[in-house]
Amino acid sequence: MEALANQLPIGLSIAAVLLLIALGLTFTFGQMGVINMAHGEFIMAGAYTAYLLQGWAGEQSFLLALPVAFAVAGLLGLLLEWALIRRFYGRPLDTLLLTWGVSLILQQLARDLFGAPNVQATAPGWLTGGIDLMGVRMPYNRLFILGLAVVCVVGVWWYLAKSPQGRRMRAVVQDRELAAYSGIATGRVDRFTFLLGSGLAGVAGVALTLVGPVGPGLGTFYIVDAFLVVVAGGLGQLRGAVIAAVALGMLNSFLEFWSDASLAKVLVFVVVIAFLQVRPQGMFVLRGRSLV
Amino acid sequence: MLEVSGVDVSHGRAQVLFGVDLSVPAGSLVCVMGRNGVGKTTLLDTVMGTLTPRAGSVVLDGEDITRLPTHLRVRRGMAYVPQGHAAFPQLTVWENLQVALEATTHRDRSAVDDSLDVFPALRSFLKRPAGFLSGGQRQQLAIARALITRPRLLLLDEPTEGVQPSVIDEIENAVERLHGEAGMTVLLVEQYLDFALRLADSFIVLDAGEVVHSGTSADLHDEGVRRMLSV
Repeated sequence: MEALANQLPIGLSIAAVLLLIALGLTFTFGQMGVINMAHGEFIMAGAYTAYLLQGWAGEQSFLLALPVAFAVAGLLGLLLEWALIRRFYGRPLDTLLLTWGVSLILQQLARDLFGAPNVQATAPGWLTGGIDLMGVRMPYNRLFILGLAVVCVVGVWWYLAKSPQGRRMRAVVQDRELAAYSGIATGRVDRFTFLLGSGLAGVAGVALTLVGPVGPGLGTFYIVDAFLVVVAGGLGQLRGAVIAAVALGMLNSFLEFWSDASLAKVLVFVVVIAFLQVRPQGMFVLRGRSLV
Repeated sequence: MLEVSGVDVSHGRAQVLFGVDLSVPAGSLVCVMGRNGVGKTTLLDTVMGTLTPRAGSVVLDGEDITRLPTHLRVRRGMAYVPQGHAAFPQLTVWENLQVALEATTHRDRSAVDDSLDVFPALRSFLKRPAGFLSGGQRQQLAIARALITRPRLLLLDEPTEGVQPSVIDEIENAVERLHGEAGMTVLLVEQYLDFALRLADSFIVLDAGEVVHSGTSADLHDEGVRRMLSV
């Protein structure tokens, strides 16, 4: 029973990482319709950024790594949008192939730069250890990831709901032509949306250095699950993404506990497929009068 | 103010407009008429930059804007109310207006009040998502949104189509006031002959992508012109 309870922080932190990744995808996939397979490599870029910073500035650079990784991954995303993706809007399958290619190139680039074997970034001292909460051991590093995800979700929610830039972003997503007729520079908004979504992937990458090694394949490990979260939650829906991330993260870690990693993955897929049979549109759907 | 000369426009491989000329003098109300599918909306889309002509030019106040991005045309004083009660469905009425205000260069908050004064009924829906409004209410919102930019040239694509009769009057009166009292230049696409007759200084009739008639509203009483418009 105690071992089972100890799966709780693991499941929650996996859920938090999935949520951070899926947050970025709700922007680029859920709202803009771009299936960005290179999103996983932005996670990797964030993780390597944390690793490199640590090499230069020691383990106290960890907190600094969060904004820096956001900027690095965000700029990579912006570059990808500007150079390639903006020519492929409205063609989701083409963006899939295109960004998959970019993903392979970025992975190879990481192998050339950092070598094929995994590297390890050590967590800062103040994140080692943990506390006991009602008999469950909660490690600090996993609690930190959880807190980070909560901060990011609240930040993104506030940004979308309250800020002028967020309002503009929602306008462009809902009706691109009307946004242009309203005087909005839609191309600039697209680039910024990509910067934001990709930057969040970078932050997720930094979080991942707390719980595992950093390698060129880091992103591919999470990207499919993150897409599942976005689809199951309902495209472009923040609260759907939150609930789906927690559900999938917990399910995954408990199934892993009872079976093994690959069987757990299969079972999670089965659950998601069954769920989508019942609700193909995901948990939450946008509703409006006479509008599809 | 606006001069469209000899524009050829295609949707993919199908050419829709053939050498269309259109002149909208400052302070006038010009009406584009014609049956369904003759290219009226395509013409407005070309004027706004959603479509780029293969030949010909669009000139605003002496500046060639044929290839200018849409949002920059809006900054130069053009506003467009497209067909079909266009509003951002998941933004509230207030957000719909706010997002347009934030995209302007003047950022003048009184523009929101002025727009709402045109359609006071909108004030009671400010917190409601636009997707939950009726067609007529959404059309009022669409016009109010366009007015936020304080345009000099207002383009309206069938503003009374699919709108309940009580609201049609309000929209017609609003267009009449904006043009008559505020002196706004208006380019109107309208199939509804009486409305066009009452307001237009001049008009063009499109058929199969070509201008088949242009003249003053007096000509609209002419039997031959009426026949070109009958379905």
